[in-house]
Amino acid sequence: MSSYSVTEPSARQKWFAGTLVVLYAVITILPLLWIIGTGFKSPSDAIAYPPKTFFEPTLEGYVNLFTTRTRVTEEQLKEMGEPKTWYERLVRKDGLIIAGPSRFPERFYNSVIIGFGSTVLCIVLGTAAAYAFSRFKVPLKDDLLFFILSTRMMPPIAVAIPIFLMFRSLGLNDTHAGMILLYTAVNLSLSVWLLKGFIDEIPIEYEEAALIDGYTRFQAFYKVVLPQAATGIASTAIFCLIFAWNEYAFAVLLTSGTAQTAPPFIPTIIGVGGQDWPAVAAGATLFLVPVMVFTILLRKHLLRGITFGAVRK
Amino acid sequence: MLHSSIDRAAHATPPVLTRRIRGLSDRAIAWIFVAPSIVLLLAINIFPLIWTVRLSFTNFRVNRPNEAVQFVGLRNYLNILSDKDIWLTMQATAHFLIWTIVLQVLIGFALAYLINKKFRGNDLWTTIIVLPMMLSPAVVGNFWTFLYQPQIGLFNYAVGFLTGADPSSFSMIGDTTLAPWAIIIVDTWMWTPFVMLICLAGLRSIPSSIYEAAECDRASSWRQFWTITIPMVLPFLMLAILFRGIENFKMFDLVVQLTGGGPGSITELTSINLKREAFEKWRTGYASAYAVILFVTVFGLASIYVKALNKVKQR
Repeated sequence: MSSYSVTEPSARQKWFAGTLVVLYAVITILPLLWIIGTGFKSPSDAIAYPPKTFFEPTLEGYVNLFTTRTRVTEEQLKEMGEPKTWYERLVRKDGLIIAGPSRFPERFYNSVIIGFGSTVLCIVLGTAAAYAFSRFKVPLKDDLLFFILSTRMMPPIAVAIPIFLMFRSLGLNDTHAGMILLYTAVNLSLSVWLLKGFIDEIPIEYEEAALIDGYTRFQAFYKVVLPQAATGIASTAIFCLIFAWNEYAFAVLLTSGTAQTAPPFIPTIIGVGGQDWPAVAAGATLFLVPVMVFTILLRKHLLRGITFGAVRK
Repeated sequence: MLHSSIDRAAHATPPVLTRRIRGLSDRAIAWIFVAPSIVLLLAINIFPLIWTVRLSFTNFRVNRPNEAVQFVGLRNYLNILSDKDIWLTMQATAHFLIWTIVLQVLIGFALAYLINKKFRGNDLWTTIIVLPMMLSPAVVGNFWTFLYQPQIGLFNYAVGFLTGADPSSFSMIGDTTLAPWAIIIVDTWMWTPFVMLICLAGLRSIPSSIYEAAECDRASSWRQFWTITIPMVLPFLMLAILFRGIENFKMFDLVVQLTGGGPGSITELTSINLKREAFEKWRTGYASAYAVILFVTVFGLASIYVKALNKVKQR
């Protein structure tokens, strides 16, 4: 069953295109593989010249990421006897002992709380608003929708000044609640626009049928629209989560201690004499890999999410 | 047709019956559904914006709360517009904006064109290419400073390997002529896939029948490319440029981590400059006027551009 089509590229064209794309993909993925690789290098391997592609993997970077260490003298080290755990043994090699846990787990936890908190809020508010915009005659609908979108055009630093003042007077500076509210507001435009697109695609007849069967509007929304929109809601949620997860400008300006998220924290991990690159890379790996996994899961909806639903494919 | 009976029932029912009111009217529900979002946006986006505008006419400083706040009229605005340093940061921003868009459009379109040849495994490779775009710019930008280190950095090593130059002879982020390119390279690495995805959607939206008709008319493939492919993809490409333009005008996280605006203030883009005025020098009133100018600029440029985009779409 061989049919000739004029629009089908020839085998040679395909081979040529494939080679170039694969070449680009390999170059583009190299920095990411380098991050993951550096996390498993020893500090001396990390700064070796020429850069080492093959090395003896060690968990030193991860141990340094999760702990703080202090230097002790030879005698003190001897007095303490044999190290009890594998990570202590790793640290003792350099004449150090573990002084306590690092701040990284807290920062990571803050990222999780603020990320998920704002995503949930964003989806609840966004779904309701999107449903109303999609199904009802809302006065000034186009203006409101444009208003929601235009909030995205502002440079974060431009609104950061009054938000900083406002949060300070409300006691919301450097708190989870404040950051959750802020990220919800930032991502709300995305969630309303995306969800409106998804709900628009659900035939209105389903709800009308449900209304005739005696459902109220709320029931129809709950039992007919929400299940139909589940895929759209899930992918919108992942987008909100990724954007909140990656956000840096507000985080660095409005949080410093209790609510600081991981992005402002990871670059500040320092070791002896400058940045401790294996530890930074280890932190970056733990922070970035979940997003990579989500991106692969999302690939079918990616375009829609990053263009606010402007391009749907 | 599975739902045809439901459809028929739905259509046969008079609208009055469909809108059977139980409890709340549709209008009330619509408002209940929309109001929380609007309130939140008003509180966290619009109220601060109005506050910024108000502050921009004063000499208020956050770090001196006890000082009397004076109304200074348009003085902040005049000072900013006549400040040479601010024009330099505007130039740095324009340089960054233009080159990132040029490079991303060229590479992104080329990649989309190649991927559209539908070779085996193109889905997998597309997903791999897309990865950098979804990652945290601050965390990734910070790691790029490691790749950019003279001698030990992977980037310098690769350049040395390919060109024969000594990898320790140049420093991408320490050199005043190279630093603007250092940020352009990383931004292009991160965001080319964005342009690529949109172009790909554009290419896939072209019906193959158009090419078949052109083939019947014996149009050369060169001609097909310029008279079919490019005009059909153009609206998509312009949309991609709009998104990239707005995003890069706001650029903060990636460049702050990469160069911090340095060396000197060579890569100090407007957002970084603004942050310095507002949160390091604490000239709140002045910085507010600056923020208003930036916002008006983005908004104005974007509106003009959207008008042009709509014209291209209509053609």
